Amino acid sequence: MTAGVHETTLGLDHRKLGMWVFLGSEFLFFGAFVSAYILYLDTTAGGPGVEIFDIPFTSISSFVLLMSSLTMVLAHNAHTRRDMRRMRMWILATAGQGAVFLGGQIFEFTVFYKEGLNLTQSPFASGFFVLTGFHGLHVFVGILLLLSLYSLTLTGKVKPDQDLKTEMIGLYWHFVDIIWVIIFTVVYLIPDLLMEA
Amino acid sequence: MSTTETHDPAQAAGGHVDHHPGPREYVRIAIILAILTALEVSTYFVDFGALAIPLLVVLMGIKFVMVAGFFMHLRFDTKLYGRLLYGGLFGAIGLYAITLIVMSFDGAPRV
Repeated sequence: MTAGVHETTLGLDHRKLGMWVFLGSEFLFFGAFVSAYILYLDTTAGGPGVEIFDIPFTSISSFVLLMSSLTMVLAHNAHTRRDMRRMRMWILATAGQGAVFLGGQIFEFTVFYKEGLNLTQSPFASGFFVLTGFHGLHVFVGILLLLSLYSLTLTGKVKPDQDLKTEMIGLYWHFVDIIWVIIFTVVYLIPDLLMEA
Repeated sequence: MSTTETHDPAQAAGGHVDHHPGPREYVRIAIILAILTALEVSTYFVDFGALAIPLLVVLMGIKFVMVAGFFMHLRFDTKLYGRLLYGGLFGAIGLYAITLIVMSFDGAPRV
């Protein structure tokens, strides 16, 4: 075996294994907030509820985040082929799409605030802002990781044979994406249908 | 110190893991994901009746499995990673179920 690969007794890289354990635990983190949101869906305390959601707008930002997973996996693929120029291009594209998603979320929060929905307005509002806010924070951390990776490849601190670093950041980014796949359905689409019924 | 940090020991041993999909396959998967998202959004504009919510749950599940399986390489990596991810997911679902049961008791906190 090549020196420098950090294996566990399972024959797996311990950093990658650690990342998967972290991602598994993150489900519990988001699971708690999703549970609270669903359980308090009707407790709007006389304020705005799910009717405030702009589904077409959120659909576009959801689509952008979903497509950022494609550019992320293309960045990793380019890194495994030692094509650092293309890898950096895809990394920037991923960070850019993340920034568009985050901008959309900030805009959405601003509109909701103006329409009377704020963090302490009702259990529903708290559940919504805490859940989607923490997801936004994860996207922000992901963007910082991507930009750090971009800079480190430019300065030569991440080398063409170190594609595990890109893979680890990619795992985190895809996780943030699949959490949004759940949030988009459970927080936005299903409650909107229930309200109409 | 320069170390080789490839994404799995087989690759580190000198070989390139070529059973991962290539860029064309990734784009194909992304197109399928985009179509599934369009179907999801269509439930907002088109009345699917009682089928709407089950359809949304199924579409969400397919999208989840596709991203985890292809983009996160769960289909090609060791099964342990999948167990860790899905273990967390089922833990979260269990957490929701327990909370739901506890809140149905008379003495549970109400808002």
